[in-house]
Amino acid sequence: MQDGGEARLKEWMLASLAGDGAAYRMLLSALTRHLRAYYARRLTHKADAEDLVQETLIAIHTKRASYDPALPFTAWLHAIARYKLIDHFRKAGVRRTLPLEDAASVMADGDSEAAEAARDVEQLLAKLPENRRALIRHVKLDGLSTAEAAAKTGLTESAVKVGVHRSLRKLAQIVRGRP
Amino acid sequence: MKTAELIDRLAANPAPVRSAANTLGFGVASGALVSFAMMVIWLGFRPDLADAAGTWGYWLKFFYPLALAAIALRSAARLARPGTSGRAGWEFLPLVFVAAAAAAQWMNTPDAQHWHLLMGKSSSACPWRIVALSLPLLLGTFWAMRRLAPTRPVLAGAAAGVFAGAAGAWIYAFACTETSAVFLAVWYTAGIALTGLLGALLGRWALRW
Repeated sequence: MQDGGEARLKEWMLASLAGDGAAYRMLLSALTRHLRAYYARRLTHKADAEDLVQETLIAIHTKRASYDPALPFTAWLHAIARYKLIDHFRKAGVRRTLPLEDAASVMADGDSEAAEAARDVEQLLAKLPENRRALIRHVKLDGLSTAEAAAKTGLTESAVKVGVHRSLRKLAQIVRGRP
Repeated sequence: MKTAELIDRLAANPAPVRSAANTLGFGVASGALVSFAMMVIWLGFRPDLADAAGTWGYWLKFFYPLALAAIALRSAARLARPGTSGRAGWEFLPLVFVAAAAAAQWMNTPDAQHWHLLMGKSSSACPWRIVALSLPLLLGTFWAMRRLAPTRPVLAGAAAGVFAGAAGAWIYAFACTETSAVFLAVWYTAGIALTGLLGALLGRWALRW
């Protein structure tokens, strides 16, 4: 995944280590999605993958003090995920060599199309002006009503409607490959 | 249990009880304390410690294991954390240094004294005493490492072993009356290597998680 994933996860991890339970929950949920995809791709039995996801979450939890904030979070995560995978093969008596892979691979597995799509949307949104981006986010991503978005941004409802409409048209143009 | 439930449970305890540095520090310090007490009670300080402190042979025996211990501990601390390489850098510098000192001493000594230079009076006991004095340190370091997360248990065990061996050798040097650099290079290194081997063997099963 791009740097954004690392930065966000690391931020959550640091907050968690400092005692922020909400950040920790978000972190674990995000990691669950990554781990699920990571193990699903490498194991034949779906049930094994989910067991391994849980086992890895517990390992992440019990070993969380071993994360060094000076180092990339994804490298730490990947080393644990890989260790648990090898451990699983060892216990199962499966002889298998794992190809060398870098830390990016655990992040490379989006849980679903949704993860990929979310990333694409972020990249697209980045091309909009700041105020328009906020509108799309409020109305189309966070699901606010036009009235709520208007209250939040200080615009009139009709301005919100027009803004959203124009932004979508602009995005559609970008997707079609024209600026 | 559902994964979502698990997350709920885990998220209730975000902050770790103890930092990695504290865990490692506690294990190493307790081990060193026990090892030092063991040396004092079992072997006692060498009687000529004050006189020996004026010779370069003594300081070589002081700094060689200390440097090795520092390097190996750094390496062990890295290996206890997932996603880092165990390379500490400078691994072989103390070895090269002590080998050079031993070679120089060997060449500047008449042939007739070479045997004594190599064997001293305690060569048969030295490596074993070092291993024995290292055991509390090995135990303390393993205790800490088990609480961290070494993803390469054999390598992590070896690093912990070399650290414990070198620190044990450093402690042993307060009791040992040998003065030759050749003796140090051979027998101290042998004791440290044995402990390193022991650490690697034990690490294979004791450092799994």
